[in-house]
Amino acid sequence: MASAKQEAHWNDTKGLMRITLAIWFFFSIVIFMFGHELNSVKVPLLGYPLSYYMTCQGSLLAFVILIFWFAGKQEAIDQTHGFSDAERTED
Amino acid sequence: MFKGKFVDNLPKIYGMYTGGFALFFIIMAIAEQNGASAKSIGIMFLSFTILIYALIGVLSRTMQVSEYYVAGREVPTVFNGMATAADWMSGASFVAMAGGIYYGGYTYMAFLVGWTGGYVLVSTLLAPYLRKFGCYTVPDFIGTRYGGNFARFCAVIVLVLASFTYVTAQINATGTIASRALDIPFATGVWVGLLSILLCSMLGGMRAVTWTQVAQYIVLIIAYLLPIFWISWKSGFGIFPHLQLAPEVARIAELEAQYGLVKNSAAAIKAAGVPGGLAYISNPHSAAPAGAMAAWKYISLAICMMVGTASLPHILMRYFTTPNVTSARRSVAWSLFFIFLLYFSAPMLATLSKIQLIDPKLPTSIIGKPIDQVMAIEWVKNWIHVKQAFIADFNKDGILQLNEWFMRGDVVVLATPEVAGLPYVVSGLVAAGGMAAAMSTADGLILAIANALSHDLYYKIIDPKADVKRRLIVARVLLVVIGALGAYIASMRLTSILGAVAWAFDFAMSGLFFPLVLGVWWKRATRQGAIAGMLLGLASGTAYLVHVAPAFNNNTPWLGIDHLRFGIIGASVSLVAMIVVSLATKEPDAATQKMVDEVRIPSGKSILGKH
Repeated sequence: MASAKQEAHWNDTKGLMRITLAIWFFFSIVIFMFGHELNSVKVPLLGYPLSYYMTCQGSLLAFVILIFWFAGKQEAIDQTHGFSDAERTED
Repeated sequence: MFKGKFVDNLPKIYGMYTGGFALFFIIMAIAEQNGASAKSIGIMFLSFTILIYALIGVLSRTMQVSEYYVAGREVPTVFNGMATAADWMSGASFVAMAGGIYYGGYTYMAFLVGWTGGYVLVSTLLAPYLRKFGCYTVPDFIGTRYGGNFARFCAVIVLVLASFTYVTAQINATGTIASRALDIPFATGVWVGLLSILLCSMLGGMRAVTWTQVAQYIVLIIAYLLPIFWISWKSGFGIFPHLQLAPEVARIAELEAQYGLVKNSAAAIKAAGVPGGLAYISNPHSAAPAGAMAAWKYISLAICMMVGTASLPHILMRYFTTPNVTSARRSVAWSLFFIFLLYFSAPMLATLSKIQLIDPKLPTSIIGKPIDQVMAIEWVKNWIHVKQAFIADFNKDGILQLNEWFMRGDVVVLATPEVAGLPYVVSGLVAAGGMAAAMSTADGLILAIANALSHDLYYKIIDPKADVKRRLIVARVLLVVIGALGAYIASMRLTSILGAVAWAFDFAMSGLFFPLVLGVWWKRATRQGAIAGMLLGLASGTAYLVHVAPAFNNNTPWLGIDHLRFGIIGASVSLVAMIVVSLATKEPDAATQKMVDEVRIPSGKSILGKH
């Protein structure tokens, strides 16, 4: 069985995974459920129709930011529980 | 000049390489001004870049197993991201994507969301854990986590099917580009393409592929972005098109309303003698279609591409090459960043290309002009001559209407610089970029297949006692055989049977996604469950594909799930089968459970030890 420390680490990891995938789900799926309706909204400053903008730039950018944010958060979780390998360079 | 380890000098080496490439570009530009022909510039661009890749391939030769399979696991985070981006962005991404957006509009761009969003799944669910595992190939993970040769063998089958579907399209693309730029027959072009691909991968395996892919990424991203910024600036649309094209998008919508998006009947197109593969504008550029079915079609395509991305072995294996788990995770983020640079530019190119052709206020426009005038334009003449463009005067008024201009989608990338009046040297650059994109993906795919066959099938299943030398020779022979098989099939041009690139994603998600993810995230997953998940997922997906694909039985799709989306069926069956069978069989033993616990933490030794 996993040690208590490992359990705690895995619980935090699972929590972060759920949050990350919820944000991912919003930008990849929820927005495009309303593609037609949202397209009448104009993106502030840029002026593109909203759904058009999200599919060609907005959601893509959101994924890039999300995935860097996720990496940082996961590294913090690994550090807190003492399972980080950031300094290790070889097996 | 270079002190210390090779990997410490990478920024310097690739910095010099980029500078050298820029210098080459300038020399070519000067040569063009001094009367060098378009053809000789094309040949120079292609042969110069291929020569460099081959040189890198030869310099990276190795006789060590861990170098050959996972580049010695010392590829730095950012460089691995670049290599993955090149591995990922295929000839299709480079040459065909902007054309797809040009004709398909909003609906087509589900591919953009799908092919980027998938990396969130790769990063959260898979890459770091597979790296911790320390495997050489994706079936290696399945074989060790679930135990037994049969599970490993099933994974090999899915891998080969998905990757091979993909690789023929890539070799096909290298053949097309080589034949166009070098002015040789297509069938010869395919073999020239294959030879260049093998030069990069044969001697050094993953190590050589990694370093050529970084070089190829640099060429392809310059070749894609430079023309877009140049066209936008030269034609007065702004210096940063991504932020400034809203008026043009609105203007296109206005013109669409003015001209009307007329659908030509199939009979009329046939009667006019339009060459196959050419298209005309009939979908709105930025408008999103209304209705639940339209939204579902968009979302289901995005889901297939995202889940497929997270199951494609040639991408997952790129994260086996980083030094540790943390860098594997960060590397996924960098990969997506480098991919994003190209993907968020493709719609801008489509917009620039379209407005230039259809807005009568611009000097470059052709729609609404007398046909005999349009026919006299140099680029129009050239592309019509090679059957990549066509004019059919349906209403016989002598004026070119929106629905009377036919063009192959690829032409958007290949001809837009010419339409905007950029020098030919840019077209040479674009050809080199397309070649780099197709070569790098083909290399990754062929290597994924050959490694799975040599490591998992030959070494792990057939002959576990084989020595290092023998294993590496088998690996190389397989590389050549698979490449030759791919080139042979590509040279037959069976595109209607081989189907779309999208099929590779659907095959991979049908067979591999849940066995991989649940292997890490669900301790209760058993060997029998995984085997059921792989086989039933793949079988049901394939059966459904045969049922609906136009090339096969051509039945009406169920709930709009057509042949591009059959992974929805396959993956659902795979999930249910895997859960039901896992719960019906005995839970994995303590050793396996402990292994899963170890996989979940970044620190400590990798599961398969140091090799």
